[in-house]
This record gives sequence, C-alpha cells and structure tokens, in this order.
Amino acid sequence: MKRMTLLAAAAVCSLAIVTVVNAKPFTYELPPETATFKPGPGLDVVQGNCGACHSSDYIQTQPRGPKFGKDFWQAEVTKMITVFGAPIDPKDVPAIVDYLTAAYAN
Amino acid sequence: MLRRRTVLQGSSALLSGLVPLGAFAADTVTLPIGNGERPLVKVPQKRPMIGLTSRPPQLETPFAVFNENVITPNDAFFVRYHLAGIPLEIDPDTHEIEIKGKVNKPLKLKMADLKRLPAIEIVAVNQCSGNSRGFSEPRVPGGQLANGAMGNARWRGVSLKAVLAQAGVQSGAKQVVFNGLDTPVIDKTPDFVKALDLDHATDGEVMLAYQMNGKDLPMLNGFPVRLVVPGYYGTYWVKHLSDITVIDTVFDGFWMKSSYRIPDTENGVIEPGTAPKATVPINKLNVRSFVTSLADGAKMKTGETQLKGIAFDGGTGIKQVDVSTDDGKSWTPAKLGSDLGKYSFREWTLPVTLAAGAHVLKVRATSNGGKVQPDKAGWNPPGYMRNVIETYNVTAA
Repeated sequence: MKRMTLLAAAAVCSLAIVTVVNAKPFTYELPPETATFKPGPGLDVVQGNCGACHSSDYIQTQPRGPKFGKDFWQAEVTKMITVFGAPIDPKDVPAIVDYLTAAYAN
Repeated sequence: MLRRRTVLQGSSALLSGLVPLGAFAADTVTLPIGNGERPLVKVPQKRPMIGLTSRPPQLETPFAVFNENVITPNDAFFVRYHLAGIPLEIDPDTHEIEIKGKVNKPLKLKMADLKRLPAIEIVAVNQCSGNSRGFSEPRVPGGQLANGAMGNARWRGVSLKAVLAQAGVQSGAKQVVFNGLDTPVIDKTPDFVKALDLDHATDGEVMLAYQMNGKDLPMLNGFPVRLVVPGYYGTYWVKHLSDITVIDTVFDGFWMKSSYRIPDTENGVIEPGTAPKATVPINKLNVRSFVTSLADGAKMKTGETQLKGIAFDGGTGIKQVDVSTDDGKSWTPAKLGSDLGKYSFREWTLPVTLAAGAHVLKVRATSNGGKVQPDKAGWNPPGYMRNVIETYNVTAA
C-alpha cells in the first residue's frame, strides 16, 4: 500500500515536471518588415495612417493602369475609413489620395 | 482609438523604413500577372514563400510545390490573415476554446480536453476565396494572388458535432459563430468572425483540427487549433480558434454580412465589370484542375512526356480529368491517382507525345457532382472562385 502511494507520488511528480516543461508558451517572431512606401509628397501622412494597420505592400501590389488611378485610390481610402474604421482626419484624405495616385497608379 | 499594439507596430514600420532594402537582399519571383513581382520571404516554420504582404503576414505557395506531393507540406502551406493583431505567443497548455451562447452547459475546453475526445482525420483542400484573383479580367482590388493560395493537408482533430454535443445545443439554435485570437489593430475595424448554419456545423465533418499532416499546426496556419470546414473556402477555417458561440439568429458580423459574398447566380459569376443584384455568403469550392509538372511557357523535349497534375472540388470528388494538347480541339482522359477522400486533391497523370513546335495544353476536370470547369473565366467584383480551364503554352524542341 505504502509502496503504491510512493509510486503514485512519483508519477504525480513526473507529471508535474512534464507539465512545467510543456508550460512554456510558444513564441513566434516574424522577420523585420522590409517593404517601404515609395518616397513622395504626403509620405508621412500615409505612413502614419495607412501604415498603422498594414504594411505598404498591400498598396504596392494592387493592379496598375488607367483604371487604377485617382478614383480607385479615393475609393480605397474611403473603404478604409467607412468599412474598416481607419481614424483618418478628413483633411488628410486629399493628400493621401494624391500620394497614392502619384506613387502607385502607374 | 488606437490600441497599444498599434503604436508598437507603427513605430516598427517607421524604423523599418530606415533600413535599406539591400540589407535583406531578398530573392524575388514574378507572378504571371501585371505588377506581379513579389519577394521570396523566409519566416519561421516555413520554407521560402511568395510574400504578398508582411503585416499581417500573407504568403503564397510557390506552385512547383504542388508537383512534389498531393499533400502540401506544412512548411509550404499558404498563409492568409486579415488583421495585423496576430498572436505571436500562445501557450498550448492553457489555451482555451470557450463554447457559449444557446447551449445548456457553457464550456471552456483546453487542448487536453479536445484530445480526450475521439479523433477524426480528413484530407481536405483549404483554398482562399481569392486564390487566382490576380488573373481576374477586368482586374479587381484585393490580395493579388496567382494560383498558390491553396493547399491539401491531412487534418486531425475532433468533430465540432462532438464538442457541441458536450455543451448541448438548445432548441431554436440557428448558427454557430467562430472567433480566433487574431484581432484588429483599431477598435472600429470589424474583428474577423465567421458563422456556419447549425446543420452544417454539426455534420460530423466540420472539425477543430489540432494537427496537420501528423504535426502541430504551424503558428501561421492557426496553432494550436483551427476550424476545418471540408469543401468550403478557407475564409471559414478560423485560425487560433478561441470562441464558439451558438446563436438563434443569422450572424450579421461584417465578415459574413458584407464581405466574402458572391453574386446569387449560377456559379457565383456575373457579366464582367457589372455589380451583382443580390449576394450570398461564399460557400463550396468549385471544381478546378492544374498541370503541376510544367508551367505555362515551358520548353520541353520532343517525344513522350509524362504530364502530372491535381484536381479537386468542394466535396463530390473528381470523376474525370481530361487533357488537351491541341488547344481544346480534342481531349484525352487522364489516369486518376489514389483517392484520399472526396475533399482532397486528386492526382492525375497522362503520357503525351509532343512533336517539335508550339503546343497549347489544357486540363479540364469533371466532378462527381457533374460540374465541369468552364472554358471562359467567370468574373465577380471580389475576384473569388476562379476556376477556368487552365491553359499552358509550351514549346517542344
């Protein structure tokens, strides 16, 4: 009886050790963000607003060409504000749209 | 209102702006779409992947991977997030899934609790709704993906049916709502939450998967447990699953009510460039097939070549794969490989003989449900569900 108790205690002990070993949270480290916004007037406003929620490659990889000019970027900025709740000051919107159109439309 | 995490991310973004690109000298690939240059990026637990975005991380599988094996390796499986507040530290021993709402007995289940329930395994394709969006014509905004936002894995876990049976679903329940640990950066951004009808959620196949191809899920694929919805687009496969809520209404969160919707038409397509009259939530995968043993533009030797590829659909299984070497004028049935289940990629092979010169190869799958891939690409505004017959221009010499 006593021996069984000891065995049981040993089992509990080893379980406890296993638990301690396994209790480490798994941590994950992403590499540094390398994508950067293109230079241009309005860059600081874009970095501070768009860059708060996503990296610049979201913008950089969008389709190019005549159909993806100022109207397209205006619609995208509007979507970010109305749909995704981006806290963009309305007075900053024209500068953001102009920057995106100049930097990423063609 | 910005959360603290936003400030941290914002500052790291600014810092990274000061680092010259050359410091990381990444290799690049060019996808066969306009503005298709992408970096090849290396993140922990993954081999070099096609980088779509870095925050949140979005990675596309290099297409050659699909020729290696009908099962997509964990380290090559695509990654798609919506919100930049992704979990970077998770303790699998204390992680809990809370089951609540219209249930008799609300539960908090740890991984050990899940692993005490009977395990099930299903081989199933997870494909992003917007896989191949970059080929849409006219082009549409969104993640500009080629064909690599898909993968086929053996998922092991427990059925949601068994989990909900423990909690006891109340009468009148209509839907089951799923949330994971990823969060928006800004409070006003809708959290990524998805829902399934109760009948679907309790079909015994929708599962809480804690293993993928015999190993723990990679962090970016939903560690330690994700929802697996066989036959349905990846948007429903909620990662880092933390909350399951049974409701007696139809869930009206943004990612169900406003996003991930397709035109309410046959095959979810409309006249290119137009707007849909009515929409429904995206649902089952349509039928697709690819050649994996060569790429468009391939140069090959004259004579016999063994063509190989994959085909899949949303759960009826693949009945037939046909290959054309004359631009669709004539078709030859391919030999189907082993059947890993109706939700899996199905391998196909066919030896063909090519004379010297240019050839247009095509591959076309037919599902057991009688659906055949279209020869003209369908279109919808979000760029979802592309499944046109794929064409490969090759030259033999």
